[in-house]
Amino acid sequence: MIRSQTAAERLWVWAVWLLVAFFIVNLLGLIATVVVNSFSTRWFTTWLPVGFTTRWYAAAWDEFQLGDVLITTFEVVGAVVVISGLLGVPAAYAMARREFRGKRFVMLLFLLPMVVPPITFGIPLATVLYKVGAAGSIWGVILANLVPTVPFVILVMIPFIQQIDPRMEAAARVFGAGTFRMFTNVLVPLLTPGILAALLLVLVRTIAMFELTFFTAGPTSQTLVVALYAAVSAAGVRAGQSVDAMAVVYMITTLAWLLLALRFVNPTQIVTRAKRA
Amino acid sequence: MSLRASLARQGLDGVTLLVLPAALFIVALFIYPFLYGLVLSFEPKVGGWLANYAKFFSEPFLYTTISKTLLIAIPVTVLNVALSVPVALRVRLIAKPKLLTTILVIPITLGTVLVAEGMLNYMGPRGWFNRALLEFGLSSSPIRLIHNYWGVFLSLVITGFPFTFLLTLSYVTGVDPGLEQAGAMLGARSWDRFRTILLPLLVPGILITFCLSFVQAFSVFPSALLLGEPAGSTRVISIAAYTAAFEEYDASMASAIAMIMAAVQVAIVVALLAAQSLVYRGPAGGGKG
Amino acid sequence: MALKDFRELRLDSMSREFGSLNALKGITLTVARGEFIALLGPSGCGKSTALNCLAGLMPLSSGSIWLDDKRVDTLGPEERGFGMVFQNYALFPHMNVAKNIGFGLRMQRRPKDEIDRRVAEAIRLVRLGAQSEKLPGQISGGQQQRVAIARAIVVEPPLVLMDEPLSNLDAKLRLEMRAEIRRIHSSLGCATIYVTHDQDEALSLADRIVVLRDGEMRQVGTPAELYSRPADPNVAEFMGFRNVLPTTASFEGGLSVTLGPAVLAATAVDVTVPGPAVLAIRPEDLTPRPGGSIRAVVQMAEYRGRDFYGLAVTDAGTELYFRAEARVTPGETLFLGADAPRVLVYKS
Repeated sequence: MIRSQTAAERLWVWAVWLLVAFFIVNLLGLIATVVVNSFSTRWFTTWLPVGFTTRWYAAAWDEFQLGDVLITTFEVVGAVVVISGLLGVPAAYAMARREFRGKRFVMLLFLLPMVVPPITFGIPLATVLYKVGAAGSIWGVILANLVPTVPFVILVMIPFIQQIDPRMEAAARVFGAGTFRMFTNVLVPLLTPGILAALLLVLVRTIAMFELTFFTAGPTSQTLVVALYAAVSAAGVRAGQSVDAMAVVYMITTLAWLLLALRFVNPTQIVTRAKRA
Repeated sequence: MSLRASLARQGLDGVTLLVLPAALFIVALFIYPFLYGLVLSFEPKVGGWLANYAKFFSEPFLYTTISKTLLIAIPVTVLNVALSVPVALRVRLIAKPKLLTTILVIPITLGTVLVAEGMLNYMGPRGWFNRALLEFGLSSSPIRLIHNYWGVFLSLVITGFPFTFLLTLSYVTGVDPGLEQAGAMLGARSWDRFRTILLPLLVPGILITFCLSFVQAFSVFPSALLLGEPAGSTRVISIAAYTAAFEEYDASMASAIAMIMAAVQVAIVVALLAAQSLVYRGPAGGGKG
Repeated sequence: MALKDFRELRLDSMSREFGSLNALKGITLTVARGEFIALLGPSGCGKSTALNCLAGLMPLSSGSIWLDDKRVDTLGPEERGFGMVFQNYALFPHMNVAKNIGFGLRMQRRPKDEIDRRVAEAIRLVRLGAQSEKLPGQISGGQQQRVAIARAIVVEPPLVLMDEPLSNLDAKLRLEMRAEIRRIHSSLGCATIYVTHDQDEALSLADRIVVLRDGEMRQVGTPAELYSRPADPNVAEFMGFRNVLPTTASFEGGLSVTLGPAVLAATAVDVTVPGPAVLAIRPEDLTPRPGGSIRAVVQMAEYRGRDFYGLAVTDAGTELYFRAEARVTPGETLFLGADAPRVLVYKS
């Protein structure tokens, strides 16, 4: 590290940190208002609400059928996590270990759904899913959500697999393990930390995936984030506090998994591929 | 056996085939819908095969969505990238940036819908933000920050800046710190070090960051509805596509708009990358001497 | 720069702490103009910390650094005007060889024709003529090394710092570059501080060697002094005295030490009283000889071209590294001995 010398340099450093602080203060303020409001009796023209209550949570639970929504959410997320693991990990293994013709093309195939925003491919995707009759059901939602998560698992896993010494697998083969047994007995244990990290990130991303779910969900296949959107956009119909109570439930659901995921991954990995060591 | 052997010679063995399920899945649920949408966009409900595109580019209510979206997406992306680079350059110097990066990852994780709800509370006329402005005497009346252009703009800063920053940080930390030290030993002051060493090495990464951030901002959707004026200044192109698909049930028109959206994104990204190859020639990435 | 014509560089109890860890403890040293100093020590001894503190890349915890009567430890690295050659060279990957070398001069805002002239001179000095338009990624490790050296010296710094510059090269290239560094140093005469963990490098290059261990200076001296008379057993071990053993010293009829039943005439380094002491012998000085007093059985021996080096064990189980001019085989019993000037004794 090189110390900053001149007054201008030091001023600049201060300005940068001030900017970061300003951003974080507002971010936390933004989250805090949602939490405070969800516990408030009435809150109009003061810094803090007139009184506090927990009754909005019960209200939200009934009004928004949060029980059903949460069950749907976990069904969708669970299926997406499992299926993207099953499809993504073997594909990542092949991509990490083999050179074959058209590999660059396949790589592009996996990169595109991650780079193209969901709203762009979501509308044609939803159209196709409606045509084949999958949209509106929970399976439509799951299929749509898998489109970005399968490539995500692949891209996270490739560098992870590459850093495992291929001689380990060669040794397993020498001792007579077939492809399947080598996979289950040697690779999966070695890859567990990477798989866990990738799948936790998939989980966090899927809970928060709005567009694809919104386009493909029917009345019985809404996830939490879509229900939250419906409640926010219909503001005025319900009490603001009960919308915020639901928002808090959503935040807890997401952030709990995020905190768990951050035990295994670097925050930077949520937006980028595996970091250079 | 001989087929297997000849396939193996091309690198196609049992392991390679593991890539097939995932590849087929993406072809079926990404490539096929895209092509399907492309074909469908040329089969309008009424009129000739180009009727959807003709309609889009002749109705101001539709074609202005492109400029409105660009008017939001480009300034937001420029701002986010411009803020990310100096912040990432500072953060790279601190020993344990994990707390900071964790805080910054929260808005990305929570997503646009929750940020919109938070902003409606926090930045509303009675929210803490305006209350603080009044209290500190920075403004005599509440500033309107939601249900207009700025609402969408700010929501894209709140979710977009952390995204841009984390991406930039991964590029910045990829540059060998020894290079900057070498520059300092040769008498370069911090501005010179940035201008002559860091910036040239970061240009490719910053450009990719810019493209990815721009594409995200260009596809702004829920916050444009919740925080903007969906009928006015923030009627972005995704709202037009959504309206066509789910309110007018015109899948053909919706597909046409989605294709236009994709085309604009591709055009901007290609233009940027082309500009880079004209202006900057040098090794991509950077680090190893 | 005005700093160029200095007479001496003074480190005054330079210290550096990392939290509770004392990485560098009170280094005091005076370096004369044109002198070549090697900072020698095992990894983790603080030698890289010392270099980074000198460079200004790391602040001191206490102490000071002076160029004649100008205090420099309060200056940033860019204001000190020292040259530095980094371990991984740290060449700018986006600049060609000439641009890399000219960087420091451009930062001094020198006129273009002067930059061109001095860069061309430096390129000639390090013999890189044909490579000047290439990018660092397109040239070999040895050539990158030459660029790194040229880049550091082209600004004619009062002091050049080198951080294990040869450690990334293969053995043959390392010898070649060692000779190059010696040649360049003698033709420019700028004071050099050279960090290394390789005693051969230090012995062959330096005017004076500073041995560091655990952040402390253990010995300062010429290569000959260090080679023949290390100041303490640790330094001795690092300088190639592989046999460092506990012993008992006696002063009757000149200094002698015991090794089991054997008695050896020896030379005192800092031992003054009879009793427990430490002896140090290089393997090459411990040889089988007629009248050798140490009886030991060969465990293993390997041929090293001219002679044999091996490990033998005494009856008491002490392991000894020795040299033999004729072939020895495991199981053979030898009578080893060493000349008194080559048996060093330290207080324990």
